[in-house]
Amino acid sequence: MEASKVIHAIYTDDDVLMSAVKKVKAEKHHIEEIYTPFPVHGLDKAMGLAPTRIAITSFMYGCVGLTVAIVMMNFIMIKDWPQDIGGKPSFSYLENMPAFVPIMFELTVFFAAHLMVITFYLRSRMWPFKKAENPDPRTTDDHFLMEIAVHDNENELTSLLQKTGAVEINLVDKDEDAH
Amino acid sequence: MEYKISNRLRIAAIIMMALGLIGVTSGFLSANSVKTVEDVKVLLAEEAHHGHGDAHAADHHGESHNEEGHHGASHDEAHGAHADEGHHMSHEEHVLHQIHNRPWAALYVGAFFFFMIALGVLAFYAIQYASQAGWSPVLFRVMEGITAYMLPGAIIVLLIAVASGTIGHYNIFVWMNPEVVEHDKLIQGKSGYLNMTWFIVRGIIFISGWALYRHFSRKFSIAQDSADDNKNFKKNFRISAAFLVFYIYTESMMAWDWVMSVDPHWFSTLFGWYVFASMFVSGITVIAMITIYLKSKGLLEFVNDSHIHDLAKFMFGISIFWTYLWFSQFMLIWYSNIPEEVTYFVTRIEHYKLPFFGMLALNFIFPLLLLMNSDYKRINWFVIMTGIIILCGHYLDVFNWIMPATVVDRWFIGMPEIGAILLFGGLFLLVVFTALGKAPLLAKGNPFMKESKHFHY
Repeated sequence: MEASKVIHAIYTDDDVLMSAVKKVKAEKHHIEEIYTPFPVHGLDKAMGLAPTRIAITSFMYGCVGLTVAIVMMNFIMIKDWPQDIGGKPSFSYLENMPAFVPIMFELTVFFAAHLMVITFYLRSRMWPFKKAENPDPRTTDDHFLMEIAVHDNENELTSLLQKTGAVEINLVDKDEDAH
Repeated sequence: MEYKISNRLRIAAIIMMALGLIGVTSGFLSANSVKTVEDVKVLLAEEAHHGHGDAHAADHHGESHNEEGHHGASHDEAHGAHADEGHHMSHEEHVLHQIHNRPWAALYVGAFFFFMIALGVLAFYAIQYASQAGWSPVLFRVMEGITAYMLPGAIIVLLIAVASGTIGHYNIFVWMNPEVVEHDKLIQGKSGYLNMTWFIVRGIIFISGWALYRHFSRKFSIAQDSADDNKNFKKNFRISAAFLVFYIYTESMMAWDWVMSVDPHWFSTLFGWYVFASMFVSGITVIAMITIYLKSKGLLEFVNDSHIHDLAKFMFGISIFWTYLWFSQFMLIWYSNIPEEVTYFVTRIEHYKLPFFGMLALNFIFPLLLLMNSDYKRINWFVIMTGIIILCGHYLDVFNWIMPATVVDRWFIGMPEIGAILLFGGLFLLVVFTALGKAPLLAKGNPFMKESKHFHY
């Protein structure tokens, strides 16, 4: 497939990058990926990426956490070992519910937060000892890199990218096995 | 960009006030038509006959002496300090007092609710200045419009409170009644703080402090419009910071004086914060609603969806903050189960099940689920609908503060309550929208205005 050749356009400023992305999108070129040293606000919208669904997963994880807390406290405090604490005998879940609210809250947050982070890592295909996909180490410092697939139009692309303020334009053979 | 209150709105507000006045008056008249204990006996017999008051009457005979009610304060058996006094009063006498208290309490709840909105907005406004927020200056004139109601609203609340202890028969605050204090060691111990003179003096100090800030911040804000330097803005920054310090103390004290002291035996150390959360979230909700209303009239074109989004985020966040404080207060008292503390919630859960738990649903569950999704916070009609729910919830919150102490189980949201809402709601609309028409809707001299106009989330 031809798409093994890509252009790497490098920028040194996030505002320049943003306007470049808009120009490239206006010319109907497909941007494969952008590497930035920090999250650039609004970049996902400019690139036309689909909105994230991580919030929905977070809500579902929160519901799981809430359920776990309810079931767990019901087992521990009501079924398995009912105790009389401060004159409140643990024979009815509902009557003792206020005491369990902090646990419900904590487990909801705990599940939502941790599982959301794990989901994010898995979805981004990141795990320990993974080789970085980053094509240019400078993007971890102060450079921004835009990767565009080439379909026999490298001259056209190069002149377009030059106009958008790229400080460096490289044509690279993309090795698909690298990641 | 100018706004003038339309005749339609003004007439609607005046009609609301007129209807409200009728409701309030009829509430007082019907309460006063029950004059003697004999009348009450007839009334209770009728209620029992209809089966309606059955549960009430039965409840009452058995339990009223354990509860904190109008005179619950005077025979809180947990203290045993003065258990005798209360027993001189028959059940019918209690009911008579409760019937007479209801129109006063209803009026007070309505007045406090609208006053609280204006004071909450004033605090929000001061925070924007003190933090030099960049997103909100496009909303400053809306906030200034709402805070115009703070002064009249606060004066009305204080006047009703004082009138209930002078013209009325101690219908809201039992500690104002010298006969009660005479037999009550606990109130005697607090009388250095809880007495009419100091109550009025403190009230005047609170109100004049808030009113001074509101007066000067508005003045500097308007002066900044035509200024060519930032002097007025800097002054506003300074007085806002100073006001917030003053506010954080006086708001708490106001909450003790004007709300918590209706149950003079009971106290909660975080009550001031709890009242603050309630006024803050209602205030922010009203800012969002009035902004959306003005936008729908084609005004405020510089307010974009991101501003609404931010207001809705505050509505969401402060609703949760309110719940956090409410629950913190509730759980500690519920768990420790000390009779003189827990009586507060016992009364509410026994006689106020619907408003008490309904308020939790309206103030927590609804805003939590409705405003959780980020996209919904930008849909204007959605914010309005959620705002109505939040306002209803916080009206009930005020209702639950005042009513159990004054009318115990003889509560209902009827003529006197709705009348008070209409009366003060109408006045609120009239004052706020007239004030909105007095200055351009864009505080154009604010140094953060450009940032605010371009605010984008």
